Amino acid sequence: MAQVTVRFFARYAELTGCETADVLVSGNSATVQDVLERVRETVPGARNLPARPLAALNLRQVKLDARVSDGDELALLPPLSGG
Amino acid sequence: MTRLTRSAISVEALLGEVQGPERGGTCVFLGTVRSGDDVTGIEYSAYDDMALAEINRMLAEAEERWPDARVTLRHRLGLVPVGEASIAIAAAAPHREAAFAACRYVIEEVKKRLPIWKKELHADGSGTWVDPSGKQVAGGLQ
Repeated sequence: MAQVTVRFFARYAELTGCETADVLVSGNSATVQDVLERVRETVPGARNLPARPLAALNLRQVKLDARVSDGDELALLPPLSGG
Repeated sequence: MTRLTRSAISVEALLGEVQGPERGGTCVFLGTVRSGDDVTGIEYSAYDDMALAEINRMLAEAEERWPDARVTLRHRLGLVPVGEASIAIAAAAPHREAAFAACRYVIEEVKKRLPIWKKELHADGSGTWVDPSGKQVAGGLQ
């Protein structure tokens, strides 16, 4: 099992009602997509997240097929609007 | 130095970080909160750790592309009233071409990569998350 800390920001924090959630995924080949599915199952309000949100793993943007490891931090990022 | 700040941005401080006797051209970009649609200000929030990492990466990329240039950046967080700067970028180089190019590079990368979000605050007390694709979504729980 791998435990991944998921962080929600801005509008996604409002949608889910939380800023962070710890999620367990099985196996050594779990991906960001797998974590996302667990989030939808376990975090109230997360079903309202878009199907393919921007994601960052350990402070870098990644695609949804990126592999996750125990202890990783996965951030789900609403459309960026800095500047 | 704090590249993310909750205080007003000092352009003088940025200039001090990049200017030098061998750099004859300095370019400053300021992004300021504009009025319209009853907007009174913008509330900025960030994924601080990643934003700082991205800023360091994009400044390093700019100085790799234009090795004689020095570039720095501040981004403000929290409530920024109309008319005040939310972002400032300063680039200095021996000649203007590199100063303009490095400054332009960084603001374009900010728009693409920086994990910062803005919520427009309106005169009636409502807030609207800004989606740069043009869509706006009402704030609050849904």
